[in-house]
Amino acid sequence: MTLIAGASLLVVALMLAIGGLLIQDSTGARQVFGWSFLLPNLGSTWNPVTGQFQGWSFIYGTLVTSLVAILIALPMSLGIAIFLAELSPGWLRAPLGTLIELLAAIPSVVYGLWGIFVFLPAVVVRAGAFLSETLGKIPLLQVVFMGQIPSSGASRLAAGLILAIMIIPTITAVSRDVFRAIPMAQREASLALGATQWETITRVLIPYGLSGILGAAILGLGRAVGETMAVTMVIGNSLQGSYSLLLPGYTMSSVIANEFAEAVSTLHSEALIEVALILFGFTLILNGIARLLVWKIGSRTVEEARA
Amino acid sequence: MITQARSTLLFTTPIVKGFIQAKKGRQRRRAINFFWLGITGVVTVLALVPLFWIIGYVAVKGAPAINLAFFTELPQGMGSASGGVLNAIEGTVLLTVLSGLFAIPPGLLAAFYAVYHPNTWLGIALRFGADVLSGVPSIVIGLFGYALVVKPAGHFSALAGSIALAVLMLPIIIRTAEEMIKLVPKNLRAGALALGSPEWRAALQVTLPAAISGIMTGFLLGLARVSGETAPLLFTSLGNDRFEIGRLVQAGFRSGQSFPEILYNIIQQPVDSLPLTLYKYTQQPFPAQIQQAWGVALVLIVLILMFNIAARYWVSRQAAKNRG
Repeated sequence: MTLIAGASLLVVALMLAIGGLLIQDSTGARQVFGWSFLLPNLGSTWNPVTGQFQGWSFIYGTLVTSLVAILIALPMSLGIAIFLAELSPGWLRAPLGTLIELLAAIPSVVYGLWGIFVFLPAVVVRAGAFLSETLGKIPLLQVVFMGQIPSSGASRLAAGLILAIMIIPTITAVSRDVFRAIPMAQREASLALGATQWETITRVLIPYGLSGILGAAILGLGRAVGETMAVTMVIGNSLQGSYSLLLPGYTMSSVIANEFAEAVSTLHSEALIEVALILFGFTLILNGIARLLVWKIGSRTVEEARA
Repeated sequence: MITQARSTLLFTTPIVKGFIQAKKGRQRRRAINFFWLGITGVVTVLALVPLFWIIGYVAVKGAPAINLAFFTELPQGMGSASGGVLNAIEGTVLLTVLSGLFAIPPGLLAAFYAVYHPNTWLGIALRFGADVLSGVPSIVIGLFGYALVVKPAGHFSALAGSIALAVLMLPIIIRTAEEMIKLVPKNLRAGALALGSPEWRAALQVTLPAAISGIMTGFLLGLARVSGETAPLLFTSLGNDRFEIGRLVQAGFRSGQSFPEILYNIIQQPVDSLPLTLYKYTQQPFPAQIQQAWGVALVLIVLILMFNIAARYWVSRQAAKNRG
């Protein structure tokens, strides 16, 4: 009894210790740079030699790569979840679900290796050239599509695309469970009124499961924000100031992975730990919202099933 | 009730319109239906393209790198095509086993707590804590391992690496074990308690055996996850291309160390792992190392597929048991 309570306390203590250590070990950097560390600023500096550190380019990198990932992965995952939960014949359901889940089992470094040598040259370089020819000419969109993609393909776009593949299984699994939790009566009522299956899905099932689907999307976003190795290997790790998707950049996790082991000063490693603290805060908030949303649909369906 | 009424309202209007419309409108709705349902099938196939692309490409590129020396020799230095990745293989085994030892016992105990005391403050904090831990980026866990173990000890070690991996594995173990313990019929435990068995004994000898196949799945999924992780190891186990357990054991015996001392010495060494080696090799300009990186990727994928297949086997066993 004491033993199992002790083990539970350990888990709670771990959670607090991670936050606590990050806060404590970043004290110096937080005192020196204050809020300017977080401010949106295209010319933000990150100079280990002069000891000037601002985090905006990493925050931007993380935000924009995750956004690209979710924009691609969410519609695809919804499609897959609908196929798995509503359309697929019974014998195909389990093997297809397993295959999609296997996408999540492939290690991040393997995605990175495949990305560098296969995916970037074959897909990203062409997509990047196409985007800079088309969207790069449109005045407002120019900001995010300007410049020429490097011949290696290493860019924010590459990171976003790889992340999209990596978060598809997460969003698919959660939204498939959301669809499955919707009572059969909802579908039957809609179909009985003469709605087609697609109308039933878009006008009954999706509105019914909306909070769960949103939760799935945010859970996927949380994964994208925290993903490290694959992104570090394909994003090009460059500090040049630009907002373009077609140019190399940095994310919060990739700058930590790249620089922490060779941090040149205490201030440098403290600044990196502050980046980690921001990253930790991001994922904490995203996971909190996602759990709340997914949990809401779960409890509602249970209540209705009882009624 | 309210939601049902609302969703009814949502689609009755278009349906009424649909009846008024002529045959043409029905055909159009049908066409839209088939089009979009078709699209869901297309994206499902599309999502599987990267899976087969990755596995196929890794198999083709990795197979030529695999030979006996790959598994039995240490790296011969950058640029050299000979030699193997024995250090990384032994390191991966050591890190995975150690992190399992650190994460499985507390994870299992905490899962029992979460099931038996779900509404106490500690039960709520525990489930919240496990949720938070499962969302913490692995690179942040690496920094945590650095601050917790490496900095105080003053050196990188397998111990630090496996503690970081254990933190990563803990929420996976708790969540699966919790689900599986919940599925065990309550009567079993009540029966044991009614016969006068203490709570720990009911848990250990009645509930645990009934749920063990399902719990094994959690262990295997946790091990699969950590054996492919790189980010938590960058600042904890660091890497070590001279690491060889056999040599360390021999040296220990020769200098008259006892078995626990040798073990302690081993876990205090920095070690490499397969994903860490893969990452480092891709940072090199040497074709020989890139070639070996593909070989490492192949070994990793096979290893993780095996863990996943084994996990599925235990799930099906548990399902069969719950039915029977």
